[in-house]
Amino acid sequence: MDIELLTNILYATIRTGTPLILVALGEMVCEKSGVLNLGQEGMMLMGAVVGFMAAITTGNLYVAVLVSIFAGMFMASLFGFLSISLVSNQVATGLALTIFGGGLSAFLGASYVGVGIDGIQPLNIPLLSDIPVIGKILFQQDPLVYLSFALFALVYWVFKSTRLGLNIRAVGENPEAANATGINVHGIRYLCVIFGGAMAGLAGGYLSLAYTPLWSEGMTAGKGWIALSLVVFASWKAERIMLGAYLFGAASIMHLILQGTRFEVAPNLLAMLPYVATIFVLVLLSSNHAKTKLNTPMSLGVPYRPQL
Amino acid sequence: MHSSLNAILETLFPFKIEKRPSDSKLMSYLSPLIAISLTLISGWLLFIALGVDPFTALYTFFILPISDFYGWTELGIKVAPLLLCAMGLSLCFKAKIWNIGAEGQFIMGALGGGAMALAFLESESSWVLVPILMAGILSGLAWSAIAALLKTHFKANEILTTIMLNYIALNALLYCVHGPLKDPEGFNFPQSALFGDASLLPLLHDDYRLNISLLFGLLALTAIWTLMSRSWIGYQINVLGEDAAAAKYAGFKEKTLSWFALLTCGALAGLAGVSEATGPVGQLVPQISPGYGYAAIIVVFLGRMHPVGILLASMLLGLTYMGGEMVQMEMTLPKSLTGLFQGMLLFFLLASDLLISYRIIRIKKTAMPSDPTHAVSQG
Repeated sequence: MDIELLTNILYATIRTGTPLILVALGEMVCEKSGVLNLGQEGMMLMGAVVGFMAAITTGNLYVAVLVSIFAGMFMASLFGFLSISLVSNQVATGLALTIFGGGLSAFLGASYVGVGIDGIQPLNIPLLSDIPVIGKILFQQDPLVYLSFALFALVYWVFKSTRLGLNIRAVGENPEAANATGINVHGIRYLCVIFGGAMAGLAGGYLSLAYTPLWSEGMTAGKGWIALSLVVFASWKAERIMLGAYLFGAASIMHLILQGTRFEVAPNLLAMLPYVATIFVLVLLSSNHAKTKLNTPMSLGVPYRPQL
Repeated sequence: MHSSLNAILETLFPFKIEKRPSDSKLMSYLSPLIAISLTLISGWLLFIALGVDPFTALYTFFILPISDFYGWTELGIKVAPLLLCAMGLSLCFKAKIWNIGAEGQFIMGALGGGAMALAFLESESSWVLVPILMAGILSGLAWSAIAALLKTHFKANEILTTIMLNYIALNALLYCVHGPLKDPEGFNFPQSALFGDASLLPLLHDDYRLNISLLFGLLALTAIWTLMSRSWIGYQINVLGEDAAAAKYAGFKEKTLSWFALLTCGALAGLAGVSEATGPVGQLVPQISPGYGYAAIIVVFLGRMHPVGILLASMLLGLTYMGGEMVQMEMTLPKSLTGLFQGMLLFFLLASDLLISYRIIRIKKTAMPSDPTHAVSQG
């Protein structure tokens, strides 16, 4: 395997891992506050389609990215309203969000299938991008990839050294106690759910505006679900999400990796790989069941109803 | 800052919810009707936004497809797979097993049965349906066995594993129709050869496309209904779902029950899949399932996990498929309205389900209570 191919593989790994990082970081924050949102797929699809529509209507890709984010936030607020204010079952509501987002996005995007756009172009960072190998891998990416680095740093910092991070964890571990110390449990949960929506919307926008770039029905192909597994796999730690997302990114571009070898495998069989890997990871986790349980936010999935 | 946020929330939503002393039976039946009404109202608004006459559009979507007998037989074709998948899923959901895998089990049933049908392409014996249907059922069952093994032995979250299995099943189907099962004379289209006449499910009447798969569905309904209301294992599943601790205390084997529920669902969804392939479709194609396995989840919730409710709900969901096709043909609206209506139904249902255990009461707008200490000091 020559160095150029390796560079290309790592370059593509980062690109494919990026939407997973965005969704998984958002969902991690959401789960840290005790809310399990299985609607990632629906929010991503909405972000993807609405962003794509905005790109065609306005011609401005950065406006389109913002619109994607807002679409995700809108979907997340629907989920938040049902699951936080109306204390509905989070699992069922998340599934509903996925089914609803799938339906709504297919409907909205029906006349946009097959339309092409230029997409967000790579932005070379001066000087750094000239470093051999690493320059291409890390600093010749598109701006949304850099944004994913920044958002990772932000999430890491919030949980590492801010009061907000502490409050979010308190709400996810023991909402009653958090409430007693004067933390607004519902406020924090709304904040986290909507942040998760923004991240999922952004991830969807990344797919339709930068990665592919086009819109097709159900184009997220389970990435939202893979991200959900990733959060568990990463035991709710941002740095492990980053690592895991790139591992899954690599699993999704096997065709590129196999180019250097003599193996020839049908593309549809290779396409199974990320899903098989996810199941494999879930099985691996079970051997470490006690530890996973230790890291799980105590009140994950449990609605909180303030005693009035 | 927090109290001001609360104040904003209260102005936006001046109600609070209060737990009922006990769940309202009435509301659990009314909730689906509320959800359907809200979906229709949203549909009305949506069609106005699309610039079409809402009455005509809703009529075309929900009434026109079943305005004659032929329409009802076509509805039967959609009801059969929904009913089979939903009855299986209801068993899992009753046991609080979140099996989202009916879609994958459906696809594997179609694939396994379809492969068998292709093996008997030349056969003219009507007995050939037996191995074909068996292959379909067993393929669906085997697919759900993976999920069962992952759940009981490896304690992996069944929502995530079944969804991953759905995507793997879809890719397996794609692989087969692009590769080993592709019709050699099919101009390189990703689809199998047309099945032989003997491999197709018998029609109920020569003038209609409706076949015996509807009978399979009704049979499954009766069987599961009897099982859940009359049998020891059904009782155990109910208890397990209601109160896992009580089930454990009573010595019920949770693993065995999980296996039973998942395998039954897999077999039924597999049967649905092979019936679709050897029924209205007649060959293997990439889009063998228009999302029946996912729609069946909505059917189960909308039908309150009760067989009669599930039958009615599968008719409504079946209708959304026909409605989508109808508005596309008659009014050139996108067919994907189907998914939108299905999504809205489930969403509104979950919202209305709140009314089962809670009631919503208005927060009384009280004037800011005058500060008592202040009053005292004044006096």
